Amino acid sequence: MDTWTFGWTLALIGMGGTMLVLWILSLLILLLKKVFPYRPGESAAKKG
Amino acid sequence: MESALISGLQGLVIGVTNLGLGHVIMILIASGLLYLGIQKGYEPLLLVPIGFGAILVNIPLADMMGKEGFLRFFYDAGVLTEVFPLLIFVGIGAMTDFQPLLENPKIILLGAAGQFGIFLTLLLALAVGFDKLDAVAVAIIGACDGPTAIYVSSKFAPHMLGAVSVAAYSYMSLVPLIQPPIMRALTTEKERMIVMGLVKQPVSKTTKILFPIVVTIFASLLAPKGAPLIGTIMLGNLMKESGVVDRLKSASENEITNIVTLLLGLCIGATMEADKFLRGQTLLVLCLGFIAICLDTAVGVLFGKLMCVLTGGKINPLIGAAGISAFPMSARVVQAQGQKYNKKSYLLMHAMSANAGGQIGSVIAAAVMLSVLQGMGIVGG
Repeated sequence: MDTWTFGWTLALIGMGGTMLVLWILSLLILLLKKVFPYRPGESAAKKG
Repeated sequence: MESALISGLQGLVIGVTNLGLGHVIMILIASGLLYLGIQKGYEPLLLVPIGFGAILVNIPLADMMGKEGFLRFFYDAGVLTEVFPLLIFVGIGAMTDFQPLLENPKIILLGAAGQFGIFLTLLLALAVGFDKLDAVAVAIIGACDGPTAIYVSSKFAPHMLGAVSVAAYSYMSLVPLIQPPIMRALTTEKERMIVMGLVKQPVSKTTKILFPIVVTIFASLLAPKGAPLIGTIMLGNLMKESGVVDRLKSASENEITNIVTLLLGLCIGATMEADKFLRGQTLLVLCLGFIAICLDTAVGVLFGKLMCVLTGGKINPLIGAAGISAFPMSARVVQAQGQKYNKKSYLLMHAMSANAGGQIGSVIAAAVMLSVLQGMGIVGG
């Protein structure tokens, strides 16, 4: 593989891949928050 | 008797007679690092051991990095095996609070944009003649994250470890000087004055505990080569959030991190031998590292501008600059800049979200990079 094919492939997949993974992570965070919502008084209850 | 005395005295001056110009220059450079760490307070935890390690390794005939040198032992055991940066990641995970990011997850995208400097610098490094894996090692300075830079460069270009690490830590400490001019150049005064509303979305304990587990599984499946990086930082965070292993968490963020930081710093300094460090290539690495961090900031701010447009002006583009891994320094820079243009603007929590996103982003970017390299057959599986 020549240098520029290597460089552009790594740069494009790298940028796109990083953005995609973090975007999906943001969706997973939203999903977690939806499935396990914060309940007021949660921290107080934990402390007993 | 007379000749024995002369031989004995020769033993005392042999170090001095073997001292070359390269050694002297390196000792001066090492002294400069010590000055920056001690007097200026720039990343002292790293620059002090790095500077001292560089002095030790440039004492002629001391053979610190020789086959049986004591620095060689730590280098082989901790740097070549990549164990030291990974142990530091456990500590970083244990110290990092991802709550601001969990409260406002869309901001994590700024943490992705803040890594683009890595990939743009890769192209620049190839353009100036670095070979493929050396270019990867130079580009990773753009992760703005010392352990990530050390992990990747020790894997692909160990001969450049000293230059890459010094560049990474020096520029990280210079973030308050590097970022503001770029932030000002790429934003209008009107944009800098945008006041962002409070995001008050409390996060449940369960979500905080599940977050590191989900990130580890999901991100490692997508980029398996980066699993050690992702796994260690998330292990540290799980120990913090679970609240059931306080002793391990405390050891990770204190004793383990402190010991490993000392040994890692010494080992990095030990790679700065005159004949390896005093090359034109080192200057190029330092220049490209600087450009990488400038590009990270620029792309982060530009992405912030895009988010500003897409949200109808609700996002202050300045927080894009915090999408790098220098935590929490760049968030503080953003807060200071925001306050400078609008006293009613409190960007700190938003910038902390972007900054936490940058921490995850740098690890993910490195993981993606490693996996793509494996996919292309550049590195083994």
